[in-house]
Amino acid sequence: MTAEINLMVGGEAGQGVQSVGLLLAKAMARWGYHVFADQDYESRVRGGHNFFRIRASDAHVEAIRESVDILIALNKESIDLHRRELAKGGVIIYDGEKLPGLAGNELINVPFAGLAKEEAGDAVMANTVALGAALGLIGYDLNLLNELLTGFFSGESGAKNVKAANAGYQTAQRFEGAQQKMSRAGNDKRMLLNGNEAMAVGAIAAGCKFMSAYPMTPITSIMEYLASHSAEFGMVVVPAEDEISAINMTVGAGFTGVRAMTATSGGGFCLMVEGLGLAAMTETPIVVIEGTRPGPAIGLPTRTEQGDLEFILHASHGEFPRVIFAPATVDDCFNLMIQAFNITERYQLPVLLITDHYMANSYFTTDKFDLSKVTIDRGLLFDKNKSAGGTYKRYAYTESGISPRAFPGDRDALVVADSDEHDEAGHLIEDAETRTKMMDKRFKKMDGLKKEIVQPRYYGADNAEILLIGWGSTYGVIKESAETMNKTGGNCGHLHLSQLWPFPVEAVSAAMKKAKRTYVIENNFTGQLAGLIREQTGLAAGSILKYDGRPFTPEIILAELRKQR
Amino acid sequence: MTVKMEDYNGLTPSWCPGCGNFGILAAVKKALVELNIDPHDLLLVSGIGQAGKLPHYTKGNVFNSLHGRPMPPAVAAKICNRDLKVIAISGDGDGYGEGGNHFIHAARRNHDITYLVHDNQIYGLTKGQTSPTSDFGFVTKTTPQGAPPPFNPMGIAIAAGATLVARSFAGDIEHLSSMIKEGINHKGFALIDILQPCVSFNHKNTYAWYKERVYKLDADASYNPSDKFAAFKKAQEWGEHIPMGVFYREEKPVYESEFPALEKGTLVSQALESMKAEKLLAEFF
Repeated sequence: MTAEINLMVGGEAGQGVQSVGLLLAKAMARWGYHVFADQDYESRVRGGHNFFRIRASDAHVEAIRESVDILIALNKESIDLHRRELAKGGVIIYDGEKLPGLAGNELINVPFAGLAKEEAGDAVMANTVALGAALGLIGYDLNLLNELLTGFFSGESGAKNVKAANAGYQTAQRFEGAQQKMSRAGNDKRMLLNGNEAMAVGAIAAGCKFMSAYPMTPITSIMEYLASHSAEFGMVVVPAEDEISAINMTVGAGFTGVRAMTATSGGGFCLMVEGLGLAAMTETPIVVIEGTRPGPAIGLPTRTEQGDLEFILHASHGEFPRVIFAPATVDDCFNLMIQAFNITERYQLPVLLITDHYMANSYFTTDKFDLSKVTIDRGLLFDKNKSAGGTYKRYAYTESGISPRAFPGDRDALVVADSDEHDEAGHLIEDAETRTKMMDKRFKKMDGLKKEIVQPRYYGADNAEILLIGWGSTYGVIKESAETMNKTGGNCGHLHLSQLWPFPVEAVSAAMKKAKRTYVIENNFTGQLAGLIREQTGLAAGSILKYDGRPFTPEIILAELRKQR
Repeated sequence: MTVKMEDYNGLTPSWCPGCGNFGILAAVKKALVELNIDPHDLLLVSGIGQAGKLPHYTKGNVFNSLHGRPMPPAVAAKICNRDLKVIAISGDGDGYGEGGNHFIHAARRNHDITYLVHDNQIYGLTKGQTSPTSDFGFVTKTTPQGAPPPFNPMGIAIAAGATLVARSFAGDIEHLSSMIKEGINHKGFALIDILQPCVSFNHKNTYAWYKERVYKLDADASYNPSDKFAAFKKAQEWGEHIPMGVFYREEKPVYESEFPALEKGTLVSQALESMKAEKLLAEFF
């Protein structure tokens, strides 16, 4: 029997929903639990309704559960909206002094604000009282809680928050019928981080030296993280005047020989597409993160979607090779970021990573990243002693289509790059023969790239009847859906893509041919991966789609699969 | 080494005979030779248009970027490798139309680069349409009713925060090369707006038209280029008399000096050290 709990914190922006949620997640991770947490918030600085869901289990989890065991309601709306999501025996912790007149056995009155004022001297710590109360109900290790708070809040504020949390903790423990006692799950230490943090750490580990971007939900925290660590890691982060400038600066930086990246969401990426083509034509290494949110136009700024796959696949005019990764886990976020920098420099073409709001802001526990395993491969570099002599040619024809790179400032080379079609020396041309040769040269790189595709993950029996296919952020939910099906007599397989281009044709074809039925599960309206699969393999599949701006849960996928039967 | 004129020989230009670009090319080369800049230390970043071709007709490291976008790669290259002399090259359509926003913000941030704008008040490469600097009422293929009021590069550069704002004329190579030298020697963002006759498509603003009107600011000893308001006033002058020379000059910290990461040396010279990232992981436990 697994030990598992689902917690939810609800409230308005400004009430500390995120900090209580994150502290709860961290508390459970430090208690040896596997944790998954996601966030739902509105595009506003104050007010509205936000929630943070945390699932902690002694088994590995990468998806949320819809039923809630403990709801921490920081306002009335949270009770009204989420009361029906309570699991059997689930409880709501709320401030009965602020919200009098509510009735129900599931209601646990912990006067957050009153206790905060009384015990810690300031009602502002109401959310810490609520945190303490939730941990009181599960019988959390009080010393560990105090350690967590003094680590999070510095100085005097730490001591006050400890008092506030302890007041909540003791109060909650008085509700005898509501206790949901748990114990330490183990002694393994795991990191708890979200997709954006994992990508930012990956960029630093990969030796990225330059980033230019324009803040946009959901990638802003990547930019902020890198900026805050830039001095320490020999990096420059330039807040550009717009996304057009951001990507063109990134190309300029890549041209000089530093590892360079940008990040944006779909709307900003719309402005970047011309610059993407510039990187392709000049064969300049750049890494681009596109954190998708629902579009078109401004869409739903703080929600999630996988609606930009086809856009990213075809972005910019003309034809050129590119690589597209879609991290499925936080480990992918870290590892594929490093791989992206190696591939972009080795093949001298743009590498894109698609994430989305859900991946960017969801927290996962994972084993510590092993930095000793990071390799840095800068690809083919010009060396005068190894060259055939003569004038350096930036776009020299080679077997692989990859020409040795030199950088401005090299005493033995002048580097000429051009966005016009050009000859080997980089000067603009108009003749048909050179154009053909240069197109062939650039596309020759696909041969090499196809040999090192990140193959899809597969879970399930070799002869699975029903195959579920997904890409990117939906990995955890689809996997849990397949597992649940199989626990109840189903024979379900799950194939998940972390690289979308070059497309893993063989792996997808083979898996689909074995299965009786295939469903492609995507957070979009038109079934973009299903379309790509049809294009690349000639095979058709059913689609399970969701385009309301909210992520999938296993419950939703299972209900859809039941309908399809 | 001593740099010679031959060191800056490039491909043969494809410009129209008599094009103002020839004068600009000659002045650029003259300035680079006189400053004894090794082509290996030079990065020319150009946009698109007839001006954008200039780097191919001389020597150096070259990044021929998109239309309107020489500024972002130029400033990024300077941030990454401040040992390079970076010159961005635009036309009036490229720099003041497509790239207007980049121009304003690069001036504001005061990157240490030189910005040459070949300003012929017309679109040449697309054969004769109005540009942002076309004179008010100027009739072109796309403005049969006459052009709207022009963009004021000098005034905008001063307002945006450029620390060297100058104008010269393609028909006066001596003066132009001296302005380019000023720009390269200036620590900060230097705009050199270059009046350039287009012999094929602009039959109003010709060599003769400019020659009759231009006058040199330094001929007036009382003109003080550190006086921002006087410079701004001078920037409004256009028509019968057109000032050239340094309108405005100011010493201000350059953008590249603001980054602690650059205190240890250029970004291109810094090592890639994965293991150093280990210390970032503690906060996730």
